[in-house]
Amino acid sequence: MPITRDEVAHLARLSRLALDDAELEHLAAQLDVIITAVARVQEVAADDIPPTSHAVPMTNVLRGDELVPPLSAAEVLAQAPAVQQQRFRVPRILAED
Amino acid sequence: MDALTRMTAAQIAAVLASGDVSAAEVAQAHLDRVALTDAKVHAFLHVAADDAVKAARAVDAKRAAGEPLGPLAGVPLALKDVFTTKDMPTTSGSRILEGWQPPYDATITARLRAAGVVILGKTNMDEFAMGSSTENSAFGPSRNPWDLDRVPGGSSGGSSAAVAAFQVPLAIGTDTGGSIRQPAAVCGIVGVKPTYGGSSRYGLVAFASSLDTPGPLARTVLDAALLHEAISGHDPRDSTSIDAPVPPVVEAARHPDVSGMKIGVVTELRGDGYQPGVLARFQQAVELLESAGAKIIEVSCPHFRYALPAYYLIAPSECSSNLARFDGMRYGLRVGDDGTRSAEEVMSATREAGFGAEVKRRIMLGTYALSSGYYDAYYGKAQQVRTLIARDFDTAFGQADVLVSPATPTTAFPIGERADDPMAMYLADLCTIPSNLAGNAALSVPCGLAGEDGLPVGMQIMAPVLADDRIYRVGAAAEAAFAARCGHLLPEAAPPLEETR
Repeated sequence: MPITRDEVAHLARLSRLALDDAELEHLAAQLDVIITAVARVQEVAADDIPPTSHAVPMTNVLRGDELVPPLSAAEVLAQAPAVQQQRFRVPRILAED
Repeated sequence: MDALTRMTAAQIAAVLASGDVSAAEVAQAHLDRVALTDAKVHAFLHVAADDAVKAARAVDAKRAAGEPLGPLAGVPLALKDVFTTKDMPTTSGSRILEGWQPPYDATITARLRAAGVVILGKTNMDEFAMGSSTENSAFGPSRNPWDLDRVPGGSSGGSSAAVAAFQVPLAIGTDTGGSIRQPAAVCGIVGVKPTYGGSSRYGLVAFASSLDTPGPLARTVLDAALLHEAISGHDPRDSTSIDAPVPPVVEAARHPDVSGMKIGVVTELRGDGYQPGVLARFQQAVELLESAGAKIIEVSCPHFRYALPAYYLIAPSECSSNLARFDGMRYGLRVGDDGTRSAEEVMSATREAGFGAEVKRRIMLGTYALSSGYYDAYYGKAQQVRTLIARDFDTAFGQADVLVSPATPTTAFPIGERADDPMAMYLADLCTIPSNLAGNAALSVPCGLAGEDGLPVGMQIMAPVLADDRIYRVGAAAEAAFAARCGHLLPEAAPPLEETR
């Protein structure tokens, strides 16, 4: 089932990418080709095969609970796009109504 | 060309130890070579000339004071621009990080500095390490020193080009699906993906966290081993770092003896789609190893043909999650913050403006593969295939000490040829991806020039997890056999850049 332009627009919203119309068209065609190609994984993986998330599995990795000096506020804020009152200034996060 | 820039890292270390040359002179010779050649090659995104000379002088001062120095102290190196550096910008090849100066050093950066390695600058790469050509860099492609109209491979293409162009003897790259081995192969140098977890990811701008592996590029196997040893070992700041001794890679590179070793040729990694000249050089390299005393057997890894599709589900899925951090709020680019737009609109506009086409493609693909209704059919199946590939390796390593294949299906392709054809581009990593999915160690070593186009061919050598020393032993044997047959090492045959095609 080919991937539709509406589906691509939905994915762009989920991905927080303000894609323009030309990009949506171009990507819809390319994603369709790629998804068809990668769907071949379904040919071979039977249900009884366990999944692998990491090649070298480890569990409960802990390190010593030692105090180390953190970065200063000035160092942290030095690369911020906008700073106000020693904080990151961000655009409004709530709707007006 | 200056004699110092023709030297290997091991040779430079020796002349520095003898006191005949200073580290400052070595650094300056390489900086001069960069200045002379980088308008053509475009390997570097940032050259830190003053700081490099200063770091070299500090090594000279320590040596004069009789302080202990590491084996690579005073040797110049180029660092892929994906590692944080507190005294240099770090872009990961992206507009979204243009001008960003991180507040901390990556573990790899810190270990290089502690070893006295002189970092000349940061190298070009495909944006966020997604690509096989450096054409996805927001700052323009790098070029292959063997033919300036062709790609140097990628994503660590700036690092491979810098080493092949004799701008530096050593470079650091990262390998997620082949991004060290493939550029090394097409630039005619040595590139190594260590065992996953053998080298730290702390301070590495993340692409696909279960696959990303930093590693060395060099013109000889011994140089790669020296660098491998300098950067490796447990790092408590990386929770996937392996808490075990570093395999004896330098020792192995110094003892290139393959007599009695069993070397398995992987049936599935050749045939249709492989360039005849690549296969011919690979076959010749296998025969040289046989003459050196190795026993050659054929091994089958039937699920390797599903490695590429599994990778192009797993890597984009992880990338769509990792790159969510680029939201325009705390660092990096911010677009459209005019007082009328919401944070979410600013975020979407920033990511639209800051990411290039391939990065957007992979974020979209990963978002698709992870979305409800598709997760089991795509991401879940890909993780099962990952298990099947690891089992293929287990079976194969039960029969052979190492596995070999061509490192890439073709030699370097022309710039622009695959730029808007993602599936064609993805094929460049056909041979290298299985080792990323299974996490084992793999190396590419030069094995000659393809007959059709006179461009370098690499042989890939793969060994089990934490048996990194085996790839160096066999790699050094292949290198020595090639040199005995041809009278020189392959990187030495690279055209001087003044006369490059």
